[in-house]
This record gives sequence, structure tokens and C-alpha cells, in this order.
Amino acid sequence: MLDRALSGSQKYWGWLAFLFVLMAVGFFCYLYQFKMGLKVTGMSRDVSWGFYIAQFTYLVGVAAGGVMVVLPCYMHDYKAFGRITILGEFLAVAAVTMCLLFIFVDLGNPVRIMNVIMYPSPNSILFWDMIVLNGYLFLNIIIGWNVLSAERKGVHYQGWVKTLIYISIPWAFSIHTVTAFLYAGLPGRHYWLTAIMAARFLASAFAAGPALLIILCLIVRKLTKFDPGKEQIRTLSGIVAYAFILNVFFLLLEVFTAFYSQIPGHMHSFVYLFVGLEGHGKLVPWMWASVLFAVVALILLIVPGTRRKLDTLLIGCIAVFLSTLIDKGLGLVVGGFVPNPFDRVFEYWPTAIELLIALGVWATGFFVLTILYKIAVSVKEEVGA
Amino acid sequence: MAIDRRKFLKIAGLSTLFGMSAKAAVDIFAPGEIEAALPPLTEGKRWAMVVDMTKINDEIMESCVKACHQEHNVPDFGDPKVEIKWLWEETYEHTFPGQKHDYIGEKYKHRNFLLMCNHCSNPPCCRVCPTKSTWQREDGIVMMDQHRCIGCRFCMAACPFGARSFNWGDPRKAPKELNDGFPVNLEYPTRSKGVVEKCTFCAERLAKGLLPACVEAANKIEEGSLVFGDLEDPDSEVREVLRNHYTIRRKPELGSNPNVYYIV
Amino acid sequence: MKKMYDGGKIVAGLVIGVGLLMFPFFYNAGRAAKAPDPVLTPKAKEAKECVAPTPYMKAYHMQLLDEWRHEVVRDGERYYTTGKRGDKRFDRKLMDMGRHFAAGVGEDDQIESGKVYYKSLQVTCLDCHSNKSKFCDQCHNYMGVAPYCWDCHIEPKEKE
Repeated sequence: MLDRALSGSQKYWGWLAFLFVLMAVGFFCYLYQFKMGLKVTGMSRDVSWGFYIAQFTYLVGVAAGGVMVVLPCYMHDYKAFGRITILGEFLAVAAVTMCLLFIFVDLGNPVRIMNVIMYPSPNSILFWDMIVLNGYLFLNIIIGWNVLSAERKGVHYQGWVKTLIYISIPWAFSIHTVTAFLYAGLPGRHYWLTAIMAARFLASAFAAGPALLIILCLIVRKLTKFDPGKEQIRTLSGIVAYAFILNVFFLLLEVFTAFYSQIPGHMHSFVYLFVGLEGHGKLVPWMWASVLFAVVALILLIVPGTRRKLDTLLIGCIAVFLSTLIDKGLGLVVGGFVPNPFDRVFEYWPTAIELLIALGVWATGFFVLTILYKIAVSVKEEVGA
Repeated sequence: MAIDRRKFLKIAGLSTLFGMSAKAAVDIFAPGEIEAALPPLTEGKRWAMVVDMTKINDEIMESCVKACHQEHNVPDFGDPKVEIKWLWEETYEHTFPGQKHDYIGEKYKHRNFLLMCNHCSNPPCCRVCPTKSTWQREDGIVMMDQHRCIGCRFCMAACPFGARSFNWGDPRKAPKELNDGFPVNLEYPTRSKGVVEKCTFCAERLAKGLLPACVEAANKIEEGSLVFGDLEDPDSEVREVLRNHYTIRRKPELGSNPNVYYIV
Repeated sequence: MKKMYDGGKIVAGLVIGVGLLMFPFFYNAGRAAKAPDPVLTPKAKEAKECVAPTPYMKAYHMQLLDEWRHEVVRDGERYYTTGKRGDKRFDRKLMDMGRHFAAGVGEDDQIESGKVYYKSLQVTCLDCHSNKSKFCDQCHNYMGVAPYCWDCHIEPKEKE
């Protein structure tokens, strides 16, 4: 079916070429970073994880979000979603690819990456993260490919694929729980040391993933002859709405615990992010932008009228995407490191090289996504779905 | 038996995957690695350090830092962003942030304390390392293996004490004005970019029966300002000092059980 | 003869591909790289023996250093005791490599057993072999290997 990706319109090739240029720029910037070391990024002794790991964390959520299509379809017989499970699975493949790339570019010694496999350390959550992420990647590739080619041939996919699909459902929950455990088990970082971290991660994942999926469905609807379906998009939008409400609710729960208890360790990171600490407040406008997007999203998604209309739904989904991207893809990681263990504030901001490399990784993910979606949509068009 | 291309590729792919994972499975289930991941049973030694704040002063602390950083070729970049420090000074308020208040007496207000890796008995950094490049030895020292470190910096996030430094760039490219004669100690390697480093209680000196460099430097100026020894030995100097003085440790409530004590 | 579909593209691709593959040979045609000529320092000559018999060191110094760095850093075992020619460590490895290596090991390759060395590339090995560019680099450069040991372990300053 790969040959489906080799034929397309001018716009298709133009888009791929544009992505390729971004990938190339990112790649050459990465070569520079590889040569000079990670000092070319904005990370420091005090904020030792930055944009790369934050984006990785966000994208694990997006990857997990695909389960919100698979779960109703296979566990609750909501057959309508069967039409678009492939889009969710392929989105997961692209997202996990980006996750793995972000980890790779963040490593100080990437040539030694096989050490994680050669010296397995079950005590380390990173070890389990490697296992569940790669497992999820393979699961989605195998399931997606087999289901799609069965559809193309007009037959039902084989029984073992269904077993894998059932495995992928709790597996999706596990990838983001394990990623949350990276943060939630560290005794010295009080912003992260909360039991609700995994729940927050899952809630924002199940909002962001399906929101992005809706955006992609609307794009597919516009650009191709395949219509993901009004009912599917409508149900998805309901899922996004509830997941996002939960996400915001969980955040407010955290804020309550921090500020009602008045414990400095709990409050300081929030203060740094939303007001500024000791005169440092680089992230303050960004966090409030995230709040603004969240408010817009909540209104557009809760009010049935705006949720049902596709153009307002689109804005709502973009708002969800941006709000969660800033919150998880910037605020979470940086906030955990500020203030540092000595109660001092050292700020972090990504450098240009860092952003270009990150852009290159995003472009790679979208490249993979475009190719996979082209194949999926071509098959669907072919069988007249 | 005829075999088509698809089947062949499937079999080849599966065998490769199986082969790769077999090694990992053997390593996980082979005796030794799992046990090493559990908290070690301390038999014999548990190295600890006591910093006597009643005896130590800024001059001694500076000589300690110099001794340590020269012994181990720790570069000075002159930039807190990429700073590498194994042993350093920090004020009272920032060493014990939970203890600061507005009415601290002259004795400790803004007074410098000497900080290093605490070689915790229950180290979170070792728990999180995905390659066991940092691990707890049987004698309690939290050791670093820079041959294996992949530079993921999870240990840096996990350390509640900010004791670890990362080589953001090549340490040999540190500014020459700040690093006269670098590397000073030709018997100890430098590190390369991309690995984490920290105080190792001078494991290589202990192996030769020498005291850590900082302890030696401190005791040259004021005997007993830094006391180093074995907590498991009830007759050791550290045990005596701990019996006779009140000591505090950094962030004990976090359960990592640090082994650097401060006599206050 | 049947027409080869896309024949033009295939032949062009073959020419480019094979050309790229064969490029090193074209580039170096007519030249011979200088054979490696490792030179022992006076101190090494005086010592007469290394930590293991010379044929063993020639074939296995990489593995030895790898084992050493694991044992020193991870196991805390910093001292190495030599064995004799009959030491199973050396014989078995040499036999693995093939009879011709074992055959090259003669009486001259006896080393004193029971000698204790501090396991350190920087401190022990380079103490005798302090002429890295005339010793280690000779074979390494010829073979095109660049061991990353030197990123961290300090090379001795060579005279002249």
C-alpha cells in the first residue's frame, strides 16, 4: 500500500517538500548540537530538562489520545468509530515517532542509546517508558497496517489483529501513566510530586489527542474525497469537551491544594509560572495565554451550539491544542525546575537552535503523518468508504 | 516448501526482534542485575562525612573546593548556566530552605556551608538511572560510570539536592583564563561532553587508603573541620562526632537518607 | 532481446551507485598507505614485558581495556595480577583467534607472573607507551579507528 503515498496532487508534494526543508534545517542544526554539545540549548545546571523533553511529554499524550477512538469502538460496540480508527492509529504512530526523536535529540550521548537495552534497569521509569513507547509504536503500526489492508481487500482482518487491538487499549493508558511516573516519583520536585499527575496527564491527553484528530479529520474532509463522518466528529467533540473539563478541573484541584495549604514548596512553582518569582517571569504571559485558550475552548466546547458547528468546533479544538501544548509542553517541565533545590530562580528559554531542531522533529512527525494518512485516505477512497 | 516474499520478510523481522529482546531478557533475569537494583544490604562500610560548622570557615571551604576540583580536573566555565561543581559553598538560607526565617542569628545568617553529593542511603538518582551508570556501591558511595552514561539527565531531575552537574559542552574547551594548567591532575581523566558528574567521595583515593581530597585539605588547616569515616563502625570518628554533637542533614523528610551531616 | 523497462534510469542508477561505492579505490589509486610502524619508548623496551604477552596484547588490548574499565569503575577492582604463558586467560583467547596466533606465541613471550599493575590506561599503560603518536596512533590511523578513550583520558604530552 506504500505506493499510494507516491502519487498525489501538487499540493501534496508541495507540502511534503516544505516539511522536508524543515526536516533538513532541523537535521543540520542537530549536527551542530551534536558537535558542540547541549550547551547550544537554553538548558542549564538548574533547568536540566527543557523544550525537547516537554514536547516529548506532550506528544506521548497525543499518541495516547488515539485510544479514545479505539475504546468506544471495540469495548462499547460504537461501530461508527470503526470508520476512523485508522486515523487515530496512524496519528499515534506519527506522535510516538516524534517522541522517540525528541528523546534522541535531548540525549547528551546519543551514540550510547543502546545502553538502555543492553543494561536493562527495571527500577528506572525511563526503562519502562522505552518499552511501552516502542511497544505502542509497533502495536499501532501492525494493527493499522493490517486493518487497512484488510479493508482494501474487502475482507475482515484476521483474529490475531483483534487481540492486539484489545491489548492496545490498556497499553495506551499505560504509555501516558508511565510518562507521568517519570515526574510524579521524584522526591525533590514538589511541582511534580503529586498523585494526580498521571490523572492530569491522561485527561489532557484525551483532550489534546482527539482535538488534533478532529482538526485532522476536518482537513481530510476538505482536501480529499473521504469524509470521516459527521457523527464521528460529533462524538469525538464530546469526548474532547469532557476530557478538557476534567483537565482544567484537575489543574484547579492542584491550585487549591497548593494555596489553601500555603506550603511554600507547593506554591512556588505556581507563583513562578503565573505571577513571577523574585522578578523572574518569562513564562507568565505564556501561562496566561494557555489559560485564555482554555477558557475559549471550554466555552466553545461546552455550549452545544458551538460544539456542533464545525467552524466553531475547529476553533475550540485549536484552542485545546494550544492550551495543552503550552501547559504541558512548556509550563510543566520548566515549572518543575523552578525554583531549584536551593530555592533560587534560574530561568530557561529555548534557544534558536533548540527551536529549529524541535521544528525539524515536528516536521518529521507530520511528514510521517502525511504519508500514512495519504495511504489510508487513498485506500478509503478506493473502496468507496 | 515454497515461501513467498511476504512470509520471508515477516519471519526475518520477527527473528531479529526476538533475537534482540532475548539478550535483554537474559540480562534482566540473569542473577545479579535485579539484586543490584534493590537497596543494597549494608554489610561493613557506609561512608559518611560530617562538616563541623563550628570549626570550618570560608578559607577552609575554598581550599577544599580547590583541592577537589583540581584533583578531579573539574573545569570552571565562569557561567552558572553550564557550571560544573562537585563541592561548593552555599548560604545557610539556601542550603536549608525549610529552616530559614526572618530572625536568624549572626552565627548563621548568610553563612556559607559546604555542599556536595550526600551519597544517600536511599538515593533517588540511582532509582531512576536507565543504564545503571549511577548506582550505589556496597560501601554506600553513589558512584558514576561515565563510560556508560547516556546523558539523559534523569538523575539530575531526581536529585533533591542539586548535587549533579552535566557536561553541556566539552570540558577541555573551558576558558583558559579561568583554568590555569587544565587538566591539573594527569592521573585522573577529564570527562567528555554529554555525561553527568558529581562528587564520588574520592573513590579512587579511598581505594589507595587515602582520605578524600577535601578532607585532607580541610584537616591541613583545621583538624576535625571535616570528618570522614564509616558509619557502620561504632568506633569510628564519625560515629563519635555524631554521638557528641547535634547534627542536621539537608531535606531529611524526603527519605533519601543523606550521609552528609552538619554540626551546627 | 527484450527491452529493459526504465533501462535508462536503471543503468544510470547503477553507474552512480557503483561509482560511489568504488570511489575510495579510485581516489587512492596508485598510492599505498604507509604501513604502521609502532615504536617502543626506551622505558617500554627496558620493561621488556607488558601486562600480558605481546601477541595477546596486539590482538586483545581493546578487550582488555574494556574489561579493565568495567572492573575498575563498577567493581572497584583496581589491581591486575599477571599470569604466565600458560595462563588460561591468554591461551584460550589466542586459540579462539586461530592457530596462527597461538603459533606465533613462543618462549620469548613469557612474562613474569604475579606482577601487580594498577589498572589504568592513563597511569599505567601510557607510563611506558608515552609516545602515543608513534605507538598507538600508528596502527589506529592505518586502520581508520578513532577510539574515544582520549576524549576523557588524558594523552601524555609528547616531547618534540
